[in-house]
Amino acid sequence: MKSAIIRFPGTNRETDMAAALRLVSGREPQIVWHGDSDLPSVDLVVLPGGFSYGDYLRAGAIAAHAPILRAIKDHAGSGRLVLGVCNGFQALCEAGMLPGVLMRNASLKFVCRTVTLHVANANTPFTCRFETDATFPCPVAHHDGNYFADAATLDRLEGENRVVFRYAYGTNPNGSRRDIAGITNAEGNVLGMMPHPEDRVEDAHGGNEALALFRSLIVQATEKAA
Amino acid sequence: MRAKIFVTLKDGVLDPQGLAIRGALTALGFDGVERVRQGKVIDVELADDIATNGDPEARFAAMAEQLLANMVIENYRVEIVE
Repeated sequence: MKSAIIRFPGTNRETDMAAALRLVSGREPQIVWHGDSDLPSVDLVVLPGGFSYGDYLRAGAIAAHAPILRAIKDHAGSGRLVLGVCNGFQALCEAGMLPGVLMRNASLKFVCRTVTLHVANANTPFTCRFETDATFPCPVAHHDGNYFADAATLDRLEGENRVVFRYAYGTNPNGSRRDIAGITNAEGNVLGMMPHPEDRVEDAHGGNEALALFRSLIVQATEKAA
Repeated sequence: MRAKIFVTLKDGVLDPQGLAIRGALTALGFDGVERVRQGKVIDVELADDIATNGDPEARFAAMAEQLLANMVIENYRVEIVE
């Protein structure tokens, strides 16, 4: 599986993401600068975590208008995979590639802890190596992770099985509507999630349960190539 | 030309920052503070030649809709200052 990771000014989780992708794919992801207008030909593009542009205006709002976004939209439009984690999820929402918005945490506090995620849909390119309804521990680290969309949008997301991850009952760390932690676009090839799966892939992280997400991507890329 | 663009949360969108401010005002002894909503003001100066060769109000509105406000949760209002 070939992958590219976008680096914005203020991105800080690209090396963790690269390590996770290297671990499962055996290949070195390409780091792509946000000011570039072309992407290499890859199976997966990742928008990693961090604080692009210092979260000025709104988290992800300025990154959403970076030159590379046009190429990312073309990449997604061709059916290939896009993963946005944390600040990457915020940017995908601000860019209109995913519905809704990530607001300030309801507690007004930065949350940095391990939560329990519930796999609400294991039938996606990002989750096919999980069991449906599986739960697993995964770290979160954010100030603006409070997922908001109007009730009609939330109903549509649920009706179309586009809520992929939820915070397990009673563990919602940020006030997200309907405990939403990760959603896909209508086509199912763009996933945004607030938790950091790249930081739950080896023993030093306390466990490797989130490897299943990266292994799902390998399955998908292999099938596409076949 | 200069405009102030006021960006405010739509009704029905929870504003935890507004709630925290209301709590602090009440703690300071300001009775009767029933509701506080926090927004932002963005002050934009537009070059005169651009402002006079077109529709500056439409230009400010486009700025608000494309970037300054997130229309999922926010409204905006443009006030031309000078």
